[in-house]
Amino acid sequence: MAAAPYVVIGGGQAGLQICDSLRRLGYDGPLVLLAAESSPPYQRPPLSKKFLAGDLEAERLYFRPSSWFEKNAVELRLECTVTAIDRAARRVSCADGSVVDYARLALATGARIRPLACPGADLADICYVRSLADSEALRARLPGAARLAVVGGGFIGLEVAAIARTLGKSVVLYEGLDRLMARAVSPTISDYYAALHRGHGVDLRLGCGIAAIERTRHGLLVRDANGGEVEVDIVVAGIGVVPNDEIAAAAGLECRGGIVVDAQARTSDADIVAAGDCTWHYNGFLAREIRLESVQNAVDQAKVAAASLLGAGEPYVQVPWFWSDQYDVKLQMAGIGMPHDNSALRGTTASGSFSLFYFRDGRLVGADSVNRPADHMACRRLLAQGTMVTAAQVADSEVDLMQIARG
Amino acid sequence: MPKITYIDVNGNERTCDVPSGISVMEGAIQNGIEGILAICGGSCACSTCHAYVDERWMDAVGKPDEIEDSTLELAVERRPNSRLTCQIEVSDALDGLVVRVANNDG
Ligand SMILES: Cc1cc2nc3c(=O)[nH]c(=O)nc-3n(C[C@H](O)[C@H](O)[C@H](O)COP(=O)(O)OP(=O)(O)OC[C@H]3O[C@@H](n4cnc5c(N)ncnc54)[C@H](O)[C@@H]3O)c2cc1C
Ligand code: FES
Repeated sequence: MAAAPYVVIGGGQAGLQICDSLRRLGYDGPLVLLAAESSPPYQRPPLSKKFLAGDLEAERLYFRPSSWFEKNAVELRLECTVTAIDRAARRVSCADGSVVDYARLALATGARIRPLACPGADLADICYVRSLADSEALRARLPGAARLAVVGGGFIGLEVAAIARTLGKSVVLYEGLDRLMARAVSPTISDYYAALHRGHGVDLRLGCGIAAIERTRHGLLVRDANGGEVEVDIVVAGIGVVPNDEIAAAAGLECRGGIVVDAQARTSDADIVAAGDCTWHYNGFLAREIRLESVQNAVDQAKVAAASLLGAGEPYVQVPWFWSDQYDVKLQMAGIGMPHDNSALRGTTASGSFSLFYFRDGRLVGADSVNRPADHMACRRLLAQGTMVTAAQVADSEVDLMQIARG
Repeated sequence: MPKITYIDVNGNERTCDVPSGISVMEGAIQNGIEGILAICGGSCACSTCHAYVDERWMDAVGKPDEIEDSTLELAVERRPNSRLTCQIEVSDALDGLVVRVANNDG
């Protein structure tokens, strides 16, 4: 009987990277990638950026051409949703009734959108942006719409708002908290982005959740928690995601708002690893447990997971980084700046090019850079090396941070 | 269609037809060129699409802009002819371009 394959569940950034890394590390046995979606693995970041704006075709989002899967002997099964993992039998079952035996298993199931919960949330035409299909559906509707409501002032909601304004749509954006991107950035950055969006004509309603959505003759009526109401053509919600950990939990793997993995990306079963948005992981760089939703985390953790599948246990210690494009402003984040007990501004917010460096217990823990890429890259290097810098040093634009990073 | 020659880290040379309008990085991915990882998908955030532009082509390709220049700081071995291939758009003017893939796995 042929040896059972290594099986990867989830054809997103992490799943593709696990396959790629397994081959790079020399695994030459059978390899199967089970993917629920109908498209081959593709990049998500452009879905709320260039792709939504209409500047890219779907094929340009694919990580690899179909020839790559053949050449690397990765058996990609699209539209194949795994419904159960039988750890005793080392077998997964799929929604189409098929079963696949595994020698080792990797979970890269990612996350799914958190749906709105208010009355009217079940109206079929409320848009979300998680998958290519979601973004294609929204993109197809934009030409026929003049008025958008965006629910959620996080990265995705703000990116969608920026694209919609650039396309000339009116945009009302609701955020229940009193500032934008509140979980990820400090008030200085939130305030800058609030002014940026207002300057571009977004009707920004902070501290204002939505209460209900109703269908009207000509569109959708959004009622907010403060008693306001606005009629729009499209409602787009970006209120966060939920990790896809149900099949792992049902198989008895430890889950705590994500599949629990150690610094080597190993689950509580020695033959199963997990990586990407779906994991609640021990992050060696942060020295604590966390769940991250980013390209960096998907890729770097997937590399660790692949190595662990092959028995080599390099820990996951990479510096987190993230970016967001809104209008012509690039936000780049290095490290995890929240929480912090001190911060230092480099550059000026008035110039539109500045960074906020964050410190905890006197140590640099991260920086958010707005149209200031050199600071971002310097910070990533400083963090990776553990180089000490002071708040006074980073606040002084005359101090060359890259020079310090180069050592 | 412009032709781009990619030389991978192992010295393997391949000349590929790459349509105008896409990036040199995308041309590499579509043709399965070893060593162009491009994990950020062309957002100029990762430097894993780093390559060295053949000296004869440096003027035609031009210099990196500020963002690319910063991102190149993450590259394993930066040289004067270093470029991020996701930031080079293929056009007829680059027909015949030769790039040498850098060590992007380090
Ligand atoms: C609109 C948008 C914009 C973003 N912008 C940025 C950005 O600018 N910068 C950044 O760093 N990050 C960004 N992100 C986040 C980044 O894209 C994600 O962190 C990354 O895609 C996570 O990869 P993943 O493989 O862990 O999960 P996913 O990409 O979610 O992939 C998981 C895959 O597994 C499949 N799956 C789930 N369950 C099963 C099952 N049971 N059987 C089979 N298949 C299954 C899913 O269908 C999905 O295709 C963005 C995300 C979105 C949605
Ligand atoms: S693909 Fe990431 S910098 Fe070019």
